[in-house]
Amino acid sequence: MSVTVSEKNITQEIASGIEKNLDVNSSDGALRKEALEAFRTLGLPPNKSEEYKFTPITRALEKNFEFSGQNAIVKEFDITPVAIPGLDADVLVFLNGVFSKTASSITSKNLTVLPIQEAIASKNEVALKHLGKYADFKTDALVAWNTAAFQDGVFVHVADNTIIEKPVVLYHIHDASAGQVISLNRNLIVVGKSSSVTVLEKFDSTGSANFSNTVTEAVVAENAGLELYSIQNDNGPRYQFGLTQIHQSNFSRVNTYTFTLSGKLVRNNLHFVLNGEGIESHMYGLYLLAKDTLADNHTVVDHKKPNSFSNELYKGIMGDSSKGVFNGKIYVRPDAQKTNAFQANRNILLTDKATVNTKPQLEIWADDVKCSHGCTTGQLDEEALFYLQTRGIGKDTALAMMLYAFAGEVLEYVKHPVIKEYLDNVISERLHKNF
Amino acid sequence: MSKDNQVLEALTSKEYEHGWSTNIETDSAPKGLNEDIIRFISSKKNEPEWLLEWRLDAYRQWTKMKEPTWPNVTYPPINYQDVIYYSAPKQKITPKNLEDVDPELIKTFEKLGISLTEQKRLTGVAVDAVIDSVSVATTFKETLGELGIIFCSFSEAVLKHPDLVKKYMGSVVPVNDNYFAALNSAVFTDGSFCYIPKGVRCPMELSTYFRINAANTGQFERTLIIADEGSYVSYLEGCTAPMRDENQLHAAVVEIYAMKDAQVKYSTVQNWYPGDKEGKGGIYNFVTKRGLCFGDGSKISWTQVETGSAITWKYPSCILKGDNSMGEFYSVAVTNNYQQADTGTKMIHIGKNTKSRIVSKGISAGHSQNSYRGQVHIMKRAEGARNFSQCDSLLMGDKCGAHTFPYIDVENNSAKIEHEATTSKIGEDQIFYCLQRGIDEESAVALIVNGYAKEVLSQLPMEFAVEAQKLLALTLEGSVG
Repeated sequence: MSVTVSEKNITQEIASGIEKNLDVNSSDGALRKEALEAFRTLGLPPNKSEEYKFTPITRALEKNFEFSGQNAIVKEFDITPVAIPGLDADVLVFLNGVFSKTASSITSKNLTVLPIQEAIASKNEVALKHLGKYADFKTDALVAWNTAAFQDGVFVHVADNTIIEKPVVLYHIHDASAGQVISLNRNLIVVGKSSSVTVLEKFDSTGSANFSNTVTEAVVAENAGLELYSIQNDNGPRYQFGLTQIHQSNFSRVNTYTFTLSGKLVRNNLHFVLNGEGIESHMYGLYLLAKDTLADNHTVVDHKKPNSFSNELYKGIMGDSSKGVFNGKIYVRPDAQKTNAFQANRNILLTDKATVNTKPQLEIWADDVKCSHGCTTGQLDEEALFYLQTRGIGKDTALAMMLYAFAGEVLEYVKHPVIKEYLDNVISERLHKNF
Repeated sequence: MSKDNQVLEALTSKEYEHGWSTNIETDSAPKGLNEDIIRFISSKKNEPEWLLEWRLDAYRQWTKMKEPTWPNVTYPPINYQDVIYYSAPKQKITPKNLEDVDPELIKTFEKLGISLTEQKRLTGVAVDAVIDSVSVATTFKETLGELGIIFCSFSEAVLKHPDLVKKYMGSVVPVNDNYFAALNSAVFTDGSFCYIPKGVRCPMELSTYFRINAANTGQFERTLIIADEGSYVSYLEGCTAPMRDENQLHAAVVEIYAMKDAQVKYSTVQNWYPGDKEGKGGIYNFVTKRGLCFGDGSKISWTQVETGSAITWKYPSCILKGDNSMGEFYSVAVTNNYQQADTGTKMIHIGKNTKSRIVSKGISAGHSQNSYRGQVHIMKRAEGARNFSQCDSLLMGDKCGAHTFPYIDVENNSAKIEHEATTSKIGEDQIFYCLQRGIDEESAVALIVNGYAKEVLSQLPMEFAVEAQKLLALTLEGSVG
């Protein structure tokens, strides 16, 4: 019982902190107020609640963070070491959740890229129309927290019939060397009819405990395309919650790529709503975990209309005493006949301390559908390893080669050549060093 | 030939065919549940003091527990005080042979096609028939007795073999395991008890038929099977229940305890009354079934064909404690009209080189909801554990739902786990092919469904397989189109 009591306390503590800074008269004030109420009612998820069964996020927050203080202010940060080399992009940098104008460079003229606070302040019609409409803050307290208190983020709007070649890149830097950091970022991506855009988010952190809660809403109109990347490579005491909520219309195509390479506790929620026909959605995920990292990927694909296709591939390698969690839900609603939905989750456990918990879940209310999920957990093939060794390849190298081949299946789908090369380097270096 | 005709005949009859009730005077407890009722049940059954204490302890724990809400089923709240917890057919003398048994009972079984005499002569199955809670006829006891096999009603076992019962009852399913198991532990009225001694291979299929008879009577069966070292037994359980409008509660507990190198095969065909076309009535079937592979090299295999019950909540599980032990689960669950089923299995791997295999085939039709819920848990010391799971769903019609909730928890890196699931419908081309060959649509569906479920049906003992096939066809009638 004492546990529940103390959880209530941090919910209260956070809520009153938000209330102090709440400006009800701003353009998003009503939304924030409503979300704050929802946050209070819901409370942070208690330990062992079904959705957070393996991810004790509330306990982690309780133990490692104070909610009364302010984040340390970081004026400058050299992003060169964490930036993706050779990538020609519109860059937005967020230092401890705050937009840094000096470090960012936005050059593209054919799309709207703004810090979301600026979009709200200038009463951007598109931004206000969509903000908070998709990410459901009434069921998840963490989303409610974000909605009520987000600091900043990006607003990307691509008008109809525009193909954007240059990716929009967001660097989230958490510098907790002067004390703990809690950042709340909110992104909104609106892709107009027959347009397409690529957005990449990269998270890096240094210093002591830091927590980020990022919610991204993406609305993809008819016949439009969106590529969404998330690269999580934070060392140290890094705690992270993220929700990516994607809303697709007829004949749109969305690919998401989630790479979790490091961190202490990482929870990624990825929700797709397929509200149209002829939609294609691909979800790719790769988690390479070492030390005591816990990475939890929860995905939901909701097929609401007929004739759509979704495909999900998540692979994971768990070393040391790391923990991988995968939960994939596929809903096929009564109207969504002729749906094809596939899901695969493959895991490799390298040590006897590593664990994996997976729960692929299908819920189907339509009869004329093809849905399947597959899930495996195992270890590397001893014989293949032996074969490589007989050919004069050292055991470590052979191991790295095989793991690289395993991970390569996900990497293969990355479309952007520069991003692909970067990830390829990071991952192969990692596999040769750490495992 | 005659079998084919039976299938066709079964297909054309529209209502639940086992829906009738026998007029046997019953000796019932008043409605409701409290410690006095438990004392009443216990004294009715002449139970020793320790068992009464055990029941009371279970009851006290039950009052502190909450009914689980996580299953994917919805039903109006059950008033546990509105249930009669004890009803026994009035029988003054314990029958020694079939002639002593109430002729009404014999007729009941004849209607179900399980004539005891017939069974005795033709199939060699020893039937421990249970009508409402008290065993009224036990056959083949002597043959089994020669081998040292004990197969009797639970209440008889309590009186004659108290040491075994005391030692093993609750060792696999503890009284406080879950809400319904606790309820059963408090109020169970009868059931079957089976002990196979060391190195004995039971020469025949042991079988019990359960029926719920008196109106408003919950049926709380308790089965305990103990297989000693190197023994083998195949156990069958079949269920049919008469038609009732009020929902009836059924909360059974089955415990299997397998020692070193023992093998137990447990097969069920469950056909309780599922409610009518509008979803009115039907049995609530909340069952806890669990087997413990205690010894090295032991094996427990569950096979079930679930066609009945308005609501099914049932997870026959295996705890693989002994090294090299093995668990299997084969299931066909069919839901039609407004039936709801949340069923599956748990395979808990504790010992080294333990293996498990799960094959689950769900079929949903009408407005029904069919869920598979399963867990494969590989514990830390379960070196070299292996699991294969397959759960397929077949949907007939666009008003029904199929759901899968598999949990896969692996804590050992040498484990190999595979899980796959598919959901689809019966192919139009398959139906078309059958139509073209002069097979009408209904028969075509029965044919295809039987083919789909064959992997599981083939695990059933012969007599059961035929019955199960008939049941599948019967349950799905009128669901095409």
